[in-house]
Amino acid sequence: MTRDIVIHTEGLTKRYGDFIAANDISIDVHAGEIFGFLGANGAGKTTAMRMLCGLLTPSSGKASIAGYDIYKETEKIKLNIGYMSQKFSLYEDLTVRENIRFFGGIYGMNDRDIKIRSEAMLDDLGLLPEANQLVGSLPLGWKQKLAFSVAIFHAPRIVFLDEPTGGVDPVTRRQFWDLIYAAADRGTTIFVTTHYMDEAEYCNRLSMMVDGVVKAMDSPLELKKQFGVKSMDEVFYELARGAKRGE
Amino acid sequence: MKDVVLENIVKTYNKGAVKAVKGVSFEVEEGELFGLIGPDGAGKTSLFRILTTLLLADLGRASVAGNDVVKDFRKIRNIVGYMPGKFSLYPDLTVEENLRFFATVFNTTIEENYDLVKDIYSQIEPFKDRRAGKLSGGMKQKLALSCALIHRPKVLFLDEPTTGVDAVSRKEFWEMLKRLKAQGITILVSTPYMDEATLCERIALIQEGEILSIDTPAAIRDSFGEPLYAVKSGTMSALLADLRGSDLVLSSNSFGEYHHITFKNPGSTTVEGLRQQLISRHPDLKIESVHPTVEDCFIKLMGA
Repeated sequence: MTRDIVIHTEGLTKRYGDFIAANDISIDVHAGEIFGFLGANGAGKTTAMRMLCGLLTPSSGKASIAGYDIYKETEKIKLNIGYMSQKFSLYEDLTVRENIRFFGGIYGMNDRDIKIRSEAMLDDLGLLPEANQLVGSLPLGWKQKLAFSVAIFHAPRIVFLDEPTGGVDPVTRRQFWDLIYAAADRGTTIFVTTHYMDEAEYCNRLSMMVDGVVKAMDSPLELKKQFGVKSMDEVFYELARGAKRGE
Repeated sequence: MKDVVLENIVKTYNKGAVKAVKGVSFEVEEGELFGLIGPDGAGKTSLFRILTTLLLADLGRASVAGNDVVKDFRKIRNIVGYMPGKFSLYPDLTVEENLRFFATVFNTTIEENYDLVKDIYSQIEPFKDRRAGKLSGGMKQKLALSCALIHRPKVLFLDEPTTGVDAVSRKEFWEMLKRLKAQGITILVSTPYMDEATLCERIALIQEGEILSIDTPAAIRDSFGEPLYAVKSGTMSALLADLRGSDLVLSSNSFGEYHHITFKNPGSTTVEGLRQQLISRHPDLKIESVHPTVEDCFIKLMGA
């Protein structure tokens, strides 16, 4: 089976003076894949992710995101990806509907599409009764689920999730992953970071970064075999405890 | 002696519109390592701020080391260490200046209590001339803990010290806490990570301002009260949908590489019945009995 490669990098590197934040990163991620991007604090995940989102110019190496060049076509990259993190999600003092309209507009969607799709999305989430409430008044779990839905509202080919479930209750955390699976089934590529090792198990494949370098990349099952351990927690521990650069 | 006592604490915000803490009571023994386990918005930070005399409760009574949080707030401020969830040191002072500042405020010196912080502070000492605002997250965390400890507090309050911290650093942080406990310091620590619950002597599970359960981690796990099974196949997302569709299954939740399930009528015939229902779609199906984790208990209590 050949599937489209939507994230392709070759020797991607970012230097700050003598410090190599991200060193020679080569990965391929396929359409509809859930790819976990793990690493210790300070390993270079954020730097790598910012390059992949077209927000930071690499020092060297090649990469294409959704078919667009990471040096020359960053604006096109931004239109074809979605992003959410625990920290930045939605505007608290806009209503649910206003947030959707705002982000839909930012991504160049027309009013008609925004209207049709937002009703469908709110219905799916069971949020129609709250559609005209300020986002700030929603429980945190709902905010995170809404933030994810808004991040994929413009039907991006890839969505980048930076610790999307931090601090979320255990039931909502699982509902959040249901949304991730549903999006992946529709063909959206999921690129996700997390500190929850049980969530690492939910990824099709994952990479582990240590001191700027991708030290391992495979399915959870293969990684556990490779390290001869029973859990992803142990794989992470085996790899990350050798880190020199700890945050 | 009880070092922390909370009796029916209520805290609301926005003129009562937001009920952050809805009548919380618990006690922490002298020298105990006590965990407050719950997600964001559970009311953990409000409780910390009430206990450290930075916030007044609407109702209820609280004391720290026998001192009332309202009447004896000055005494409390002298004997507690507090590490807030948000980094609150002076970003324009260097590492060493911050530590010296906190020592001086509490009428002591770094030298006097160096043995207590040495374990932690020595890891950031190579950067003692760097401004605190320029430190990485992990180093900020170590400096904040050093500053909270430098006056040798009787009770240490740590509000989500491991949030956003990777699994290896989290493990190291908990080892540090164990060593502090061994020095006789009472520790109240909060975390949203359920797997850290087992590292505490006793825990309170908290959700939306209410305590769900208080006990030792082992007793909480034992109180799950029904057989729990771990189920696995090659197609986990299809398996979860099938489990949710089964008339035999009461609850099903993803837990890493397994789904954890309970049955409406548990027993060996039910396990066999489920196997028969699923085996054609999941030929590599595995069902095994497992012990509940604290997270299993939390999920069950949330639904109760």
